[in-house]
Amino acid sequence: MSKSFGGLKVLDDITFEISKAKAFVLLGRSGTGKSVTLKHIIGLVRPDKGHVFVDGREITQLDARALSDVRKHMGFLFQSAALFDSMTVGDNVAFPLRRHTDLPDKEIRERAKQKLADVGLEREFDKMPAELSGGMKKRAALARAMALDPAILLVDEPSAGLDPITASEIDELLVQRKHSGATIVVVTHNIPSARAIGDELAVLHEGHIIAQGTAGDLDRSDDPLVKTFMRSEAGG
Amino acid sequence: MAIVDRVGGSVLSSLEFVGALATFGGRAIVSAFRPPYEVGEIVRHLYQFGLRSMPLILTSGFAIGVVLSMHTRATLARFGAEAMIPAGLAVALVRETGPLTAGLLVSGRVGAGIGAEIGAMRVTEQIDALEANAVDAFKFLAVTRVIACMIAMPLLTVMMDFAGIVGGFTAETAVSGMSWQLYFERSFLYLEFSDLIPATLKTVVFGFLIASVASYLGFTTSRGTEGVGEASTRSVVMASILIILSDVILVKIIFFFYPQVPA
Repeated sequence: MSKSFGGLKVLDDITFEISKAKAFVLLGRSGTGKSVTLKHIIGLVRPDKGHVFVDGREITQLDARALSDVRKHMGFLFQSAALFDSMTVGDNVAFPLRRHTDLPDKEIRERAKQKLADVGLEREFDKMPAELSGGMKKRAALARAMALDPAILLVDEPSAGLDPITASEIDELLVQRKHSGATIVVVTHNIPSARAIGDELAVLHEGHIIAQGTAGDLDRSDDPLVKTFMRSEAGG
Repeated sequence: MAIVDRVGGSVLSSLEFVGALATFGGRAIVSAFRPPYEVGEIVRHLYQFGLRSMPLILTSGFAIGVVLSMHTRATLARFGAEAMIPAGLAVALVRETGPLTAGLLVSGRVGAGIGAEIGAMRVTEQIDALEANAVDAFKFLAVTRVIACMIAMPLLTVMMDFAGIVGGFTAETAVSGMSWQLYFERSFLYLEFSDLIPATLKTVVFGFLIASVASYLGFTTSRGTEGVGEASTRSVVMASILIILSDVILVKIIFFFYPQVPA
Protein backbone atom coordinates (compact mmCIF):
# COMPACT_ATOMS: atom_id res chain seq x y z
CA MET A 1 0.00 0.00 0.00
CA SER A 2 0.97 3.65 -0.46
CA LYS A 3 -0.09 6.73 1.47
CA SER A 4 0.67 10.44 1.14
CA PHE A 5 -0.31 13.38 3.34
CA GLY A 6 -0.37 16.79 1.68
CA GLY A 7 2.02 15.75 -1.07
CA LEU A 8 4.41 14.02 1.34
CA LYS A 9 4.71 10.32 0.54
CA VAL A 10 4.74 8.54 3.90
CA LEU A 11 4.34 4.93 2.70
CA ASP A 12 5.61 3.99 -0.73
CA ASP A 13 4.30 0.66 -1.96
CA ILE A 14 5.00 -1.35 1.19
CA THR A 15 3.93 -4.98 1.47
CA PHE A 16 4.06 -7.30 4.44
CA GLU A 17 2.16 -10.24 5.87
CA ILE A 18 1.62 -11.09 9.52
CA SER A 19 1.07 -14.69 10.61
CA LYS A 20 -1.71 -15.60 13.02
CA ALA A 21 -0.75 -15.83 16.72
CA LYS A 22 2.63 -14.27 16.01
CA ALA A 23 4.10 -10.93 17.01
CA PHE A 24 5.19 -8.57 14.26
CA VAL A 25 7.33 -5.61 15.29
CA LEU A 26 7.64 -2.50 13.15
CA LEU A 27 10.81 -0.52 13.78
CA GLY A 28 11.97 2.76 12.34
CA ARG A 29 12.98 6.33 13.06
CA SER A 30 10.38 8.83 14.24
CA GLY A 31 8.09 10.11 11.49
CA THR A 32 8.66 7.21 9.09
CA GLY A 33 5.00 6.16 9.04
CA LYS A 34 4.96 3.33 11.60
CA SER A 35 1.83 4.61 13.38
CA VAL A 36 0.19 5.36 10.02
CA THR A 37 0.84 1.75 8.99
CA LEU A 38 -0.77 0.52 12.22
CA LYS A 39 -3.81 2.75 11.62
CA HIS A 40 -4.20 1.26 8.14
CA ILE A 41 -4.58 -2.20 9.68
CA ILE A 42 -7.60 -1.10 11.74
CA GLY A 43 -9.05 1.07 8.98
CA LEU A 44 -8.56 4.44 10.66
CA VAL A 45 -6.50 5.52 7.66
CA ARG A 46 -7.22 4.36 4.14
CA PRO A 47 -4.40 3.82 1.65
CA ASP A 48 -4.21 5.97 -1.48
CA LYS A 49 -3.27 2.82 -3.33
CA GLY A 50 -3.23 -0.81 -2.31
CA HIS A 51 -5.12 -3.22 -0.09
CA VAL A 52 -5.29 -4.21 3.56
CA PHE A 53 -6.48 -7.74 4.34
CA VAL A 54 -7.50 -8.77 7.86
CA ASP A 55 -8.47 -12.43 8.22
CA GLY A 56 -8.91 -12.53 4.46
CA ARG A 57 -11.28 -9.53 4.34
CA GLU A 58 -10.24 -6.46 2.36
CA ILE A 59 -11.04 -3.84 4.98
CA THR A 60 -10.68 -0.79 2.74
CA GLN A 61 -13.74 -2.00 0.81
CA LEU A 62 -15.96 -2.65 3.84
CA ASP A 63 -18.90 -0.44 4.76
CA ALA A 64 -19.04 1.14 8.23
CA ARG A 65 -20.99 -1.70 9.83
CA ALA A 66 -18.77 -4.47 8.43
CA LEU A 67 -15.65 -2.54 9.43
CA SER A 68 -17.07 -2.14 12.92
CA ASP A 69 -17.55 -5.93 13.11
CA VAL A 70 -13.90 -6.46 12.15
CA ARG A 71 -12.77 -3.90 14.76
CA LYS A 72 -14.62 -5.76 17.54
CA HIS A 73 -11.92 -8.42 17.21
CA MET A 74 -9.10 -5.88 17.41
CA GLY A 75 -7.56 -3.88 20.22
CA PHE A 76 -5.58 -0.71 19.57
CA LEU A 77 -3.16 1.06 21.88
CA PHE A 78 -2.62 4.63 20.67
CA GLN A 79 0.76 6.31 20.97
CA SER A 80 -0.95 9.13 22.90
CA ALA A 81 -2.98 6.61 24.97
CA ALA A 82 -6.19 8.44 23.89
CA LEU A 83 -8.10 7.63 27.07
CA PHE A 84 -11.58 9.17 27.15
CA ASP A 85 -10.98 12.04 29.55
CA SER A 86 -14.66 12.40 30.52
CA MET A 87 -14.64 8.88 32.01
CA THR A 88 -12.81 7.30 34.94
CA VAL A 89 -9.96 4.91 34.22
CA GLY A 90 -12.25 2.01 35.16
CA ASP A 91 -14.99 3.21 32.82
CA ASN A 92 -12.43 3.56 30.03
CA VAL A 93 -11.47 -0.10 30.39
CA ALA A 94 -15.10 -1.14 30.83
CA PHE A 95 -16.15 0.85 27.73
CA PRO A 96 -15.58 -1.89 25.10
CA LEU A 97 -17.20 -4.47 27.40
CA ARG A 98 -20.29 -2.27 27.88
CA ARG A 99 -20.53 -1.61 24.14
CA HIS A 100 -19.98 -5.08 22.81
CA THR A 101 -21.05 -7.62 25.44
CA ASP A 102 -24.27 -8.35 27.32
CA LEU A 103 -22.46 -9.01 30.58
CA PRO A 104 -24.04 -7.67 33.79
CA ASP A 105 -22.45 -4.45 35.04
CA LYS A 106 -20.99 -6.17 38.11
CA GLU A 107 -19.08 -8.63 35.94
CA ILE A 108 -17.96 -5.86 33.59
CA ARG A 109 -16.49 -3.98 36.56
CA GLU A 110 -14.75 -7.14 37.77
CA ARG A 111 -13.25 -7.77 34.34
CA ALA A 112 -12.15 -4.14 34.01
CA LYS A 113 -10.51 -4.36 37.45
CA GLN A 114 -8.71 -7.53 36.40
CA LYS A 115 -7.46 -5.92 33.19
CA LEU A 116 -6.19 -2.95 35.18
CA ALA A 117 -4.54 -5.33 37.65
CA ASP A 118 -2.76 -6.99 34.71
CA VAL A 119 -1.03 -3.68 33.98
CA GLY A 120 -0.50 -2.84 37.67
CA LEU A 121 -3.21 -0.19 37.93
CA GLU A 122 -5.90 -1.89 40.04
CA ARG A 123 -5.87 1.01 42.54
CA GLU A 124 -6.49 3.62 39.84
CA PHE A 125 -9.93 2.29 38.87
CA ASP A 126 -11.87 5.34 40.09
CA LYS A 127 -9.32 7.96 39.07
CA MET A 128 -9.73 10.28 36.09
CA PRO A 129 -7.15 10.00 33.28
CA ALA A 130 -5.90 13.52 34.09
CA GLU A 131 -4.75 12.21 37.49
CA LEU A 132 -2.42 9.62 35.92
CA SER A 133 1.19 9.99 34.77
CA GLY A 134 2.04 9.47 31.10
CA GLY A 135 3.22 5.91 31.68
CA MET A 136 0.13 5.05 33.74
CA LYS A 137 -2.12 6.41 30.99
CA LYS A 138 -0.32 4.18 28.52
CA ARG A 139 -0.87 1.13 30.72
CA ALA A 140 -4.54 2.00 31.29
CA ALA A 141 -4.98 2.37 27.52
CA LEU A 142 -3.35 -1.04 27.04
CA ALA A 143 -5.82 -2.51 29.55
CA ARG A 144 -8.65 -0.97 27.49
CA ALA A 145 -7.18 -2.37 24.26
CA MET A 146 -7.10 -5.84 25.84
CA ALA A 147 -10.53 -5.60 27.52
CA LEU A 148 -12.28 -7.85 24.99
CA ASP A 149 -9.28 -10.23 24.69
CA PRO A 150 -9.03 -9.33 21.01
CA ALA A 151 -7.68 -11.75 18.43
CA ILE A 152 -5.52 -8.95 17.00
CA LEU A 153 -3.74 -6.46 19.21
CA LEU A 154 -2.18 -3.37 17.62
CA VAL A 155 0.20 -1.59 19.96
CA ASP A 156 1.87 1.75 19.31
CA GLU A 157 4.92 2.41 21.49
CA PRO A 158 3.88 0.28 24.48
CA SER A 159 6.99 1.01 26.52
CA ALA A 160 7.39 4.73 25.79
CA GLY A 161 7.49 6.66 29.07
CA LEU A 162 7.74 3.52 31.21
CA ASP A 163 10.54 2.57 33.60
CA PRO A 164 12.56 -0.52 32.49
CA ILE A 165 10.88 -2.85 35.01
CA THR A 166 7.34 -1.84 34.03
CA ALA A 167 8.33 -1.93 30.36
CA SER A 168 9.51 -5.51 30.69
CA GLU A 169 6.28 -6.41 32.56
CA ILE A 170 4.29 -5.00 29.63
CA ASP A 171 6.48 -6.98 27.22
CA GLU A 172 5.72 -10.11 29.25
CA LEU A 173 1.99 -9.34 29.12
CA LEU A 174 2.13 -9.00 25.33
CA VAL A 175 4.04 -12.27 25.04
CA GLN A 176 1.35 -13.96 27.19
CA ARG A 177 -1.35 -12.59 24.87
CA LYS A 178 0.56 -13.99 21.91
CA HIS A 179 0.85 -17.39 23.58
CA SER A 180 -2.89 -17.38 24.22
CA GLY A 181 -3.44 -17.11 20.46
CA ALA A 182 -3.57 -13.38 19.75
CA THR A 183 -1.78 -11.79 16.81
CA ILE A 184 0.28 -8.83 17.98
CA VAL A 185 1.56 -5.92 15.91
CA VAL A 186 3.89 -3.61 17.80
CA VAL A 187 5.41 -0.30 16.79
CA THR A 188 8.43 0.52 18.91
CA HIS A 189 11.87 2.10 19.09
CA ASN A 190 12.79 -0.15 21.98
CA ILE A 191 15.05 -2.90 20.63
CA PRO A 192 15.08 -5.04 23.81
CA SER A 193 11.26 -4.98 23.74
CA ALA A 194 11.25 -5.83 20.04
CA ARG A 195 13.55 -8.81 20.70
CA ALA A 196 11.44 -9.95 23.66
CA ILE A 197 8.09 -9.76 21.89
CA GLY A 198 8.70 -10.11 18.16
CA ASP A 199 8.68 -13.26 16.07
CA GLU A 200 9.28 -11.10 13.04
CA LEU A 201 10.71 -7.59 12.81
CA ALA A 202 10.56 -5.05 9.99
CA VAL A 203 12.42 -1.76 9.62
CA LEU A 204 10.55 1.07 7.92
CA HIS A 205 12.62 3.87 6.38
CA GLU A 206 11.59 6.66 4.00
CA GLY A 207 8.36 4.91 3.11
CA HIS A 208 9.92 1.52 2.40
CA ILE A 209 10.49 -1.64 4.40
CA ILE A 210 14.28 -1.94 4.16
CA ALA A 211 14.67 -5.11 6.22
CA GLN A 212 12.39 -7.86 7.47
CA GLY A 213 12.97 -11.10 9.34
CA THR A 214 13.69 -12.50 12.77
CA ALA A 215 15.83 -10.52 15.22
CA GLY A 216 18.72 -12.80 14.23
CA ASP A 217 18.20 -12.02 10.52
CA LEU A 218 18.25 -8.28 11.24
CA ASP A 219 21.36 -8.64 13.43
CA ARG A 220 23.13 -10.09 10.40
CA SER A 221 21.92 -7.32 8.05
CA ASP A 222 24.52 -5.31 6.12
CA ASP A 223 22.34 -2.20 6.00
CA PRO A 224 23.99 0.50 8.17
CA LEU A 225 20.62 1.84 9.45
CA VAL A 226 19.40 -1.63 10.42
CA LYS A 227 22.75 -2.33 12.12
CA THR A 228 22.51 0.93 14.07
CA PHE A 229 18.97 0.13 15.13
CA MET A 230 19.70 -3.40 16.25
CA ARG A 231 22.72 -2.26 18.24
CA SER A 232 20.81 0.48 20.11
CA GLU A 233 20.07 -1.82 23.03
CA ALA A 234 19.16 1.05 25.33
CA GLY A 235 16.00 1.52 23.32
CA GLY A 236 13.58 4.27 24.16
CA MET B 1 -8.10 42.01 -9.37
CA ALA B 2 -6.57 41.02 -6.06
CA ILE B 3 -9.62 42.32 -4.20
CA VAL B 4 -11.97 40.47 -6.55
CA ASP B 5 -9.95 37.29 -6.02
CA ARG B 6 -10.04 37.71 -2.26
CA VAL B 7 -13.79 38.43 -2.15
CA GLY B 8 -14.44 35.56 -4.54
CA GLY B 9 -12.31 33.25 -2.39
CA SER B 10 -14.18 34.27 0.76
CA VAL B 11 -17.55 33.73 -0.89
CA LEU B 12 -16.49 30.31 -2.15
CA SER B 13 -15.11 29.23 1.22
CA SER B 14 -18.30 30.47 2.93
CA LEU B 15 -20.43 28.47 0.48
CA GLU B 16 -18.18 25.46 1.02
CA PHE B 17 -18.63 25.81 4.79
CA VAL B 18 -22.42 26.10 4.50
CA GLY B 19 -22.52 23.09 2.17
CA ALA B 20 -20.36 20.96 4.46
CA LEU B 21 -22.41 22.04 7.47
CA ALA B 22 -25.70 21.24 5.72
CA THR B 23 -24.38 17.79 4.77
CA PHE B 24 -23.19 17.23 8.35
CA GLY B 25 -26.54 18.32 9.83
CA GLY B 26 -28.54 16.30 7.31
CA ARG B 27 -26.45 13.22 8.05
CA ALA B 28 -27.07 13.75 11.77
CA ILE B 29 -30.85 13.81 11.26
CA VAL B 30 -30.80 10.69 9.06
CA SER B 31 -28.52 8.85 11.52
CA ALA B 32 -30.83 9.72 14.42
CA PHE B 33 -33.45 7.33 13.02
CA ARG B 34 -31.05 4.39 12.70
CA PRO B 35 -30.02 2.08 15.55
CA PRO B 36 -28.18 2.11 17.88
CA TYR B 37 -30.06 5.04 19.41
CA GLU B 38 -27.50 5.85 22.14
CA VAL B 39 -30.26 6.77 24.61
CA GLY B 40 -27.84 6.85 27.55
CA GLU B 41 -25.65 9.45 25.84
CA ILE B 42 -28.69 11.56 24.86
CA VAL B 43 -29.89 11.57 28.48
CA ARG B 44 -26.38 12.50 29.69
CA HIS B 45 -26.27 15.44 27.26
CA LEU B 46 -29.80 16.49 28.18
CA TYR B 47 -28.58 16.80 31.76
CA GLN B 48 -25.50 18.75 30.63
CA PHE B 49 -27.30 21.06 28.19
CA GLY B 50 -30.71 21.30 29.84
CA LEU B 51 -30.50 20.97 33.58
CA ARG B 52 -27.10 22.65 33.89
CA SER B 53 -28.22 25.59 31.71
CA MET B 54 -31.22 26.26 33.97
CA PRO B 55 -29.51 28.72 36.38
CA LEU B 56 -28.30 30.82 33.43
CA ILE B 57 -31.68 30.71 31.70
CA LEU B 58 -33.76 31.43 34.81
CA THR B 59 -31.51 34.29 35.99
CA SER B 60 -31.34 35.88 32.54
CA GLY B 61 -35.07 35.40 31.98
CA PHE B 62 -35.88 37.06 35.29
CA ALA B 63 -33.58 40.02 34.55
CA ILE B 64 -35.00 40.43 31.03
CA GLY B 65 -38.52 40.38 32.50
CA VAL B 66 -37.61 43.16 34.94
CA VAL B 67 -36.01 45.30 32.23
CA LEU B 68 -38.83 44.71 29.73
CA SER B 69 -41.38 45.62 32.41
CA MET B 70 -39.61 48.90 33.13
CA HIS B 71 -39.43 49.79 29.42
CA THR B 72 -43.04 48.72 28.76
CA ARG B 73 -44.27 50.79 31.75
CA ALA B 74 -42.38 53.87 30.55
CA THR B 75 -44.00 53.54 27.08
CA LEU B 76 -47.54 52.55 28.03
CA ALA B 77 -47.78 55.09 30.90
CA ARG B 78 -47.67 57.86 28.27
CA PHE B 79 -50.97 56.56 26.88
CA GLY B 80 -52.48 55.73 30.29
CA ALA B 81 -52.41 52.02 29.39
CA GLU B 82 -50.51 50.65 32.42
CA ALA B 83 -53.09 47.86 32.68
CA MET B 84 -51.70 46.44 29.44
CA ILE B 85 -48.17 46.03 30.83
CA PRO B 86 -48.50 42.32 31.77
CA ALA B 87 -50.07 41.39 28.43
CA GLY B 88 -47.57 43.42 26.38
CA LEU B 89 -44.66 41.94 28.23
CA ALA B 90 -45.95 38.37 28.02
CA VAL B 91 -46.58 38.59 24.26
CA ALA B 92 -43.16 40.15 23.61
CA LEU B 93 -41.44 37.53 25.75
CA VAL B 94 -43.22 34.46 24.48
CA ARG B 95 -43.20 35.40 20.80
CA GLU B 96 -39.66 36.60 20.34
CA THR B 97 -37.54 37.76 23.25
CA GLY B 98 -37.67 34.46 25.15
CA PRO B 99 -36.90 32.09 22.25
CA LEU B 100 -34.21 34.28 20.69
CA THR B 101 -32.46 35.10 23.96
CA ALA B 102 -32.59 31.46 25.09
CA GLY B 103 -31.10 30.44 21.73
CA LEU B 104 -28.25 32.93 21.98
CA LEU B 105 -27.52 32.05 25.62
CA VAL B 106 -27.47 28.32 24.89
CA SER B 107 -25.26 28.89 21.83
CA GLY B 108 -22.79 30.61 24.17
CA ARG B 109 -22.86 28.05 26.96
CA VAL B 110 -23.52 24.78 25.13
CA GLY B 111 -22.12 25.59 21.67
CA ALA B 112 -18.74 26.62 23.05
CA GLY B 113 -18.67 23.49 25.22
CA ILE B 114 -19.49 21.13 22.36
CA GLY B 115 -16.95 22.75 20.02
CA ALA B 116 -14.20 22.59 22.65
CA GLU B 117 -14.99 19.07 23.88
CA ILE B 118 -15.23 17.41 20.47
CA GLY B 119 -12.28 19.48 19.20
CA ALA B 120 -10.14 18.30 22.13
CA MET B 121 -11.22 14.72 21.46
CA ARG B 122 -10.17 15.11 17.82
CA VAL B 123 -6.67 16.42 18.58
CA THR B 124 -6.03 13.86 21.35
CA GLU B 125 -7.10 10.93 19.11
CA GLN B 126 -10.09 10.11 21.33
CA ILE B 127 -12.36 10.16 18.27
CA ASP B 128 -10.04 7.64 16.58
CA ALA B 129 -10.12 5.63 19.82
CA LEU B 130 -13.93 5.48 19.64
CA GLU B 131 -13.74 4.25 16.04
CA ALA B 132 -11.03 1.72 16.99
CA ASN B 133 -13.43 0.46 19.68
CA ALA B 134 -15.99 -0.23 16.94
CA VAL B 135 -18.15 2.75 17.91
CA ASP B 136 -19.63 5.14 15.34
CA ALA B 137 -18.00 8.34 16.64
CA PHE B 138 -20.25 10.58 14.53
CA LYS B 139 -23.35 9.06 16.05
CA PHE B 140 -21.93 8.78 19.56
CA LEU B 141 -20.63 12.36 19.70
CA ALA B 142 -22.55 14.48 17.18
CA VAL B 143 -25.97 12.89 16.70
CA THR B 144 -26.58 12.47 20.45
CA ARG B 145 -25.68 16.12 21.07
CA VAL B 146 -27.87 17.35 18.22
CA ILE B 147 -30.89 15.40 19.52
CA ALA B 148 -30.30 16.47 23.14
CA CYS B 149 -29.97 20.11 22.11
CA MET B 150 -33.15 19.91 20.00
CA ILE B 151 -35.06 18.52 23.00
CA ALA B 152 -33.52 20.89 25.56
CA MET B 153 -34.07 24.15 23.65
CA PRO B 154 -37.90 24.36 23.78
CA LEU B 155 -37.90 23.30 27.44
CA LEU B 156 -35.36 25.98 28.31
CA THR B 157 -37.37 28.52 26.31
CA VAL B 158 -40.53 27.80 28.31
CA MET B 159 -38.47 28.27 31.48
CA MET B 160 -37.09 31.54 30.20
CA ASP B 161 -40.63 32.75 29.33
CA PHE B 162 -41.81 31.83 32.82
CA ALA B 163 -38.82 33.47 34.53
CA GLY B 164 -39.40 36.59 32.41
CA ILE B 165 -43.04 36.82 33.45
CA VAL B 166 -42.01 36.41 37.11
CA GLY B 167 -39.37 39.13 36.60
CA GLY B 168 -41.98 41.39 35.01
CA PHE B 169 -44.35 40.78 37.91
CA THR B 170 -41.59 41.58 40.45
CA ALA B 171 -40.86 44.90 38.77
CA GLU B 172 -44.54 45.74 38.37
CA THR B 173 -45.59 44.86 41.89
CA ALA B 174 -42.70 46.93 43.26
CA VAL B 175 -44.09 49.98 41.45
CA SER B 176 -47.86 49.50 41.49
CA GLY B 177 -48.38 46.79 44.13
CA MET B 178 -50.28 44.65 41.60
CA SER B 179 -51.22 41.19 42.93
CA TRP B 180 -49.83 37.99 41.37
CA GLN B 181 -53.32 36.74 40.44
CA LEU B 182 -54.17 39.95 38.59
CA TYR B 183 -50.79 40.12 36.88
CA PHE B 184 -51.01 36.49 35.78
CA GLU B 185 -54.59 36.96 34.54
CA ARG B 186 -53.64 40.05 32.53
CA SER B 187 -50.49 38.38 31.19
CA PHE B 188 -52.52 35.65 29.54
CA LEU B 189 -55.38 37.89 28.44
CA TYR B 190 -54.06 38.36 24.91
CA LEU B 191 -51.76 35.37 24.81
CA GLU B 192 -52.89 32.51 22.58
CA PHE B 193 -51.54 29.07 21.81
CA SER B 194 -50.63 30.37 18.37
CA ASP B 195 -48.24 32.78 20.12
CA LEU B 196 -46.69 30.16 22.39
CA ILE B 197 -46.47 26.93 20.39
CA PRO B 198 -44.83 28.00 17.08
CA ALA B 199 -42.46 30.42 18.81
CA THR B 200 -41.37 27.76 21.29
CA LEU B 201 -41.10 25.01 18.68
CA LYS B 202 -38.91 27.16 16.43
CA THR B 203 -36.21 26.78 19.08
CA VAL B 204 -35.94 23.11 18.04
CA VAL B 205 -34.31 24.53 14.90
CA PHE B 206 -32.04 26.71 17.07
CA GLY B 207 -31.02 23.61 19.03
CA PHE B 208 -30.27 21.77 15.79
CA LEU B 209 -28.15 24.67 14.52
CA ILE B 210 -26.20 25.09 17.77
CA ALA B 211 -25.26 21.43 18.14
CA SER B 212 -24.67 20.82 14.42
CA VAL B 213 -22.38 23.82 13.98
CA ALA B 214 -20.42 23.12 17.17
CA SER B 215 -20.11 19.38 16.45
CA TYR B 216 -19.02 20.04 12.86
CA LEU B 217 -16.36 22.53 13.95
CA GLY B 218 -15.24 20.15 16.70
CA PHE B 219 -14.94 17.23 14.28
CA THR B 220 -12.95 19.30 11.78
CA THR B 221 -10.56 20.71 14.39
CA SER B 222 -6.85 20.63 13.63
CA ARG B 223 -3.73 22.45 14.87
CA GLY B 224 -3.78 21.29 18.50
CA THR B 225 -4.98 23.43 21.38
CA GLU B 226 -5.10 26.55 19.19
CA GLY B 227 -7.53 24.73 16.93
CA VAL B 228 -9.64 23.70 19.93
CA GLY B 229 -9.93 27.33 21.08
CA GLU B 230 -10.83 28.40 17.56
CA ALA B 231 -13.47 25.66 17.26
CA SER B 232 -15.02 26.83 20.53
CA THR B 233 -15.10 30.52 19.55
CA ARG B 234 -16.29 29.87 16.01
CA SER B 235 -19.03 27.59 17.32
CA VAL B 236 -20.53 30.47 19.31
CA VAL B 237 -20.11 33.04 16.54
CA MET B 238 -21.45 30.84 13.73
CA ALA B 239 -24.32 29.43 15.80
CA SER B 240 -25.37 32.93 16.93
CA ILE B 241 -25.36 34.27 13.36
CA LEU B 242 -27.30 31.26 12.07
CA ILE B 243 -29.86 31.55 14.91
CA ILE B 244 -30.53 35.19 14.10
CA LEU B 245 -30.71 34.58 10.34
CA SER B 246 -32.91 31.50 10.71
CA ASP B 247 -35.17 33.44 13.07
CA VAL B 248 -36.05 35.84 10.25
CA ILE B 249 -37.12 32.91 8.06
CA LEU B 250 -38.91 31.07 10.88
CA VAL B 251 -40.91 34.15 11.90
CA LYS B 252 -41.96 34.59 8.27
CA ILE B 253 -43.07 30.93 8.14
CA ILE B 254 -44.99 31.31 11.44
CA PHE B 255 -46.74 34.42 10.10
CA PHE B 256 -47.66 32.46 6.98
CA PHE B 257 -49.33 29.68 8.96
CA TYR B 258 -50.69 31.93 11.73
CA PRO B 259 -51.56 35.28 10.11
CA GLN B 260 -51.41 38.14 12.63
CA VAL B 261 -54.92 39.63 12.83
CA PRO B 262 -55.22 42.82 14.92
CA ALA B 263 -57.39 42.22 18.00
